[in-house]
Amino acid sequence: MRQFRALVRKEWADMLRNKLVFYVVIFVPLLMLAIPVAMLFVMRQVPPNEQDLAELGRMLQNPIFAGMNAVEAMQAIMASNMLVLFLMMPLMVPVTIAAYSIVGEKMTRSLEPLLATPITTTRLLLAKGFAAAAPGIAMTWICYALFLVAARFLSASERVFAVFVDPMWLVAMFVLAPLTTVLAVMVGVIVSSRVNDPRAAEQLGALVLIPLMALFIGAMAGFIMLNSTTFWISSGLVAVADIGLIYLGTALFQRETILTRWK
Amino acid sequence: MIRTEGLCKYFASNGKEVRAVDGLDLEVNRGEVFGFLGPNGAGKTTTVRMLACLIAPSAGRAWVDGLEVGQDNLAIQARVGILTEAPGLYERLSARANLELFAELYNVNDVKGQVEKYLRLLDLWDRRDTDAGTFSKGMKQKLAIARALLHEPSVLFLDEPTAALDPEAAKTVRDFIATLRGQGRTIFLCTHNLDEAERLCDRIGVFRQRLIAVDTPDALRRQLFGRQTVVHLAPPEGTADVEALVAAVRNLPFVQHVTTLRPENAAEDNYRLVISLDDPARRNPIIVQMLVGHGAQVRFVNELRHSLEDVYLSLLRSNTA
Repeated sequence: MRQFRALVRKEWADMLRNKLVFYVVIFVPLLMLAIPVAMLFVMRQVPPNEQDLAELGRMLQNPIFAGMNAVEAMQAIMASNMLVLFLMMPLMVPVTIAAYSIVGEKMTRSLEPLLATPITTTRLLLAKGFAAAAPGIAMTWICYALFLVAARFLSASERVFAVFVDPMWLVAMFVLAPLTTVLAVMVGVIVSSRVNDPRAAEQLGALVLIPLMALFIGAMAGFIMLNSTTFWISSGLVAVADIGLIYLGTALFQRETILTRWK
Repeated sequence: MIRTEGLCKYFASNGKEVRAVDGLDLEVNRGEVFGFLGPNGAGKTTTVRMLACLIAPSAGRAWVDGLEVGQDNLAIQARVGILTEAPGLYERLSARANLELFAELYNVNDVKGQVEKYLRLLDLWDRRDTDAGTFSKGMKQKLAIARALLHEPSVLFLDEPTAALDPEAAKTVRDFIATLRGQGRTIFLCTHNLDEAERLCDRIGVFRQRLIAVDTPDALRRQLFGRQTVVHLAPPEGTADVEALVAAVRNLPFVQHVTTLRPENAAEDNYRLVISLDDPARRNPIIVQMLVGHGAQVRFVNELRHSLEDVYLSLLRSNTA
């Protein structure tokens, strides 16, 4: 645990000293937060017409929107679709950090002294993964809190606001988002330990965003119904994948190849 | 303290098997400073990496501080310190933060105390809160040495500790390594700085994929060149012809070989006889007496001491041949 804590502290201290990464960790989620807040504001200012409601189609069948009037339903639906943005929020920067975590150390030649210490591969990867994931998750929760504050003022009614603290949102924020971040970060760390170029690591690591982008588009288009059951099931699957990736990452981490083949 | 038996490391390169280390048998004693000499690409770093459990041997066995490589890797890593070819510091972190991290990773009990001890020992205490990235090469190397020593390892691997340093920084590092002698630590020093090896090492091993020779520098000199006396003579006058003197010396029963070196330039007029013999302390007076008896004027007598470079190059050449 001591080694884990020390490595995490080092990663964060390094991150804090890298102003660009630090600001990106802070500002990218804030920029993403602006989208659902702006949407709430616009939906409140510009009431939807019949055609808009018709276009929402089957999304209105979701029980959490039951009993809402047109404005409420529009606000709740559109903002709920933005939930996927909150799921993407903790991934954007941590994936990049994770992707750089091993190959970056190799480039700066600090990896060999690190691997010479009595630290197990699992502990090393977990520390690297946690250090990359935690700031993104924390920032997402901060943004969610800020969103709730904004929603308090911008929601058309209590019923709309209640949607944003509905179990679907809570599961998404406090279970699925961290688990997805761990998944993305572990993919990033694995990629980082398998390629010898940081750019390749970043590009491959970013591929993990594709399924979430598909989910986002599917939800916006009304093809995918988001609800707490979906998120619980997804969380279970992602948790299993996380455990698998931790084992896979450890198995694929070839100290010898990293030290002797990478130039 | 360090023992290897038939230690091998093979790498695949373009479908071929490259033998980086081929059957290394070596024994380094506790408290010894052992110089591991060899040209670039000889396999020195690969050997150190195997002994520090960073890479696995392809064949053979090795023990460090009584623990077998491949069986007790984490325990070995806790007992050895390693200075890698590049300092590999976290350049955005301060000197102190760099050391504190590694003290934690090595499970050091008194982290702050050990960090302060080595920062002071290496004259870095005043710069403890400065980012390592702003340090000169010499300071970075000192910080990396401090990092390798934090957990008081019983075995210290130093891979080219003074390479790429300016003479002043190299001297500082070398002087510090000299202070580590006699502390009971085994030091395994990879270098191709022969002067450094001569000054610091109790024994040296000359290595190129295989161990070519291992002994103290003086013993290797004797093995390769025997013992030689140089007699400096004034230019011969009258009857004392140089060839006659050489013939007379050669006739002495204990003399193995004689070479004449004539003056190399106008400023120098000494003739030198380089005489190979078994026991200079006992034989030199006889030689001098004989030369004086033949009319020679003896100016100086000294023992020819071959440099470690001569020893090293001779061993490598004989290995190539």
